[in-house]
Amino acid sequence: MRRAWGQAWLFILPAFVFLLAFTHIPVVQTLIDSFWSTAKGRRPARFVGLENYAHMMADPIFAKAMINSAIYGAITIPASVGLSLVMALFVHRRFRGVGLMRVAFFTPTVLPLIAVANIWLFFYAPGFGLIAQLRDLVGLAPVNLVGQPATALYAVAAVTVWKEAGFFMIFYLAALQTIPEPLREAAAIEGCRPWTFFRRVTWPLIMPTTLFVSVNAVIGAFRLVDHVYVMTRGGPDNASQLLLYYIYEVGFRFWDTAYASALTMVLVAILTVVGIGQFFAADRKVHYK
Amino acid sequence: MTRTDTFLARVAGWMLALLWVLPLLYAIWAAFHAPEFEAKFDLTAPLTLHNFSRAWEQAPFARYFLNTILLVTMILSVQLVLCTLAAFAFARLEFPGKNAAFALVLVQLMVTPDILLVENYKTIRALGLVDTIVAIGLPYFASGFAIFLLRQTFMTIPRELDEAARVEGCTLLGLLWRVYVPLGKPAMLAFGLVSVSHHWNNFLWPLIITNSVETRPLTVGLSLFSTTDSGTDWALIMAATLMTSAPLLLGFLLFQRQFVQSFMRAGIK
Repeated sequence: MRRAWGQAWLFILPAFVFLLAFTHIPVVQTLIDSFWSTAKGRRPARFVGLENYAHMMADPIFAKAMINSAIYGAITIPASVGLSLVMALFVHRRFRGVGLMRVAFFTPTVLPLIAVANIWLFFYAPGFGLIAQLRDLVGLAPVNLVGQPATALYAVAAVTVWKEAGFFMIFYLAALQTIPEPLREAAAIEGCRPWTFFRRVTWPLIMPTTLFVSVNAVIGAFRLVDHVYVMTRGGPDNASQLLLYYIYEVGFRFWDTAYASALTMVLVAILTVVGIGQFFAADRKVHYK
Repeated sequence: MTRTDTFLARVAGWMLALLWVLPLLYAIWAAFHAPEFEAKFDLTAPLTLHNFSRAWEQAPFARYFLNTILLVTMILSVQLVLCTLAAFAFARLEFPGKNAAFALVLVQLMVTPDILLVENYKTIRALGLVDTIVAIGLPYFASGFAIFLLRQTFMTIPRELDEAARVEGCTLLGLLWRVYVPLGKPAMLAFGLVSVSHHWNNFLWPLIITNSVETRPLTVGLSLFSTTDSGTDWALIMAATLMTSAPLLLGFLLFQRQFVQSFMRAGIK
């Protein structure tokens, strides 16, 4: 029996070396580092307690990044989940051209976010982009959607929705296909209107999918920042600054690694809370077959 | 639904679909026409591949392609080996600490290496591997997601097969290789597509850890190209953008069903 244990550990050991080295130990180390100062030149790091966190509380850019992340989430999460459901409802039954319609919705998902950012930068470009041309056509003044503080965050959020909705659609598509056709027919015979059917039957049945997709949308709202790098660099004047992008800037442009560690802990805490929340919500609502 | 309802839903569907591909179509238009047609729609404008050849010449895209292909191949091969072994142990073997170890695997589904940039950079620097292709892949070698997905698949394989193989005198490794790997292939294919597209598209970590042409993957090369090398020559930038996404895009269009099913399989746990 003991030999079997040893063997089992040998099976998981190689994966665990990498898992611990690049995920678990870094989390612990990040926590420790967040209580120390950044080593500079000959001055070694020293223990500073909660100083980095105190600095964070007083940091207007951090506050801005948190507010922006909240707005960004409040837009991208409901918009991408809602649109993905609408898309799935459009394409879940067969008709001529359904394949083409599915491709249209899903294609943005396979493009690199960097490529997506370039495409949208062109789409938004004043003077060149389609949006500028349409505004010109109806006689509106040209605007620089990514270049002005009032709209930069929304311009970035739109790109996230474009990239994510098609991905979420396929989960709804799978869920919709599990709803038995006889149920729909029976409802139709009883004179049940499509909207009532959706509200009373479809929506409750796809609840687990909605939960799953929403959690992914929340994670995406904190993790998708590649396009920020290309489109706005968090600007103008931090108007589109997001938490993960700010971590990148503090850590790798200003090289203040201690402060970046404290910021990383905030992100880890948020994702942990989301994870635990999902665990309990799933426990209560999801019915596995 | 009445016939009019269905008709209206179709029309709305097509309008949304058109709206959805519009940015991409606009990019394709610009990439295949001379720069003077960037913002001028003229259906008679001559098509050209000139933008693509200019982009290809102005930046070492051939090298970037090679780097990315090496990167995704390396990551996927290592992931498959490490995660298959671990998934098999979690699915079929009993050992002390199993639940705790599996909880650690699940942690990585939420807290991914993508956000632990600072510490992972320090680790790579300590290993002396900054600016290598291996360094881009190292944090992703053990994928909690792959372990989870393969464990789920392996648990559905009937235990009678195990016993039959044991009676035949098969070792654990032999059992894994002869029974579990062949039966787990669809799940591995699904994970493979997800992994390749994820790492083909990954950006922030490679941006941090690379700083030379010999190691930079396509995404980093493209961002550099579009911000510094080309000014605002949109036709050129769109050509480069499409070029770097082309393999995935073509792969997707050719193997749509597999792609969609893989993403679906990978998501529903």
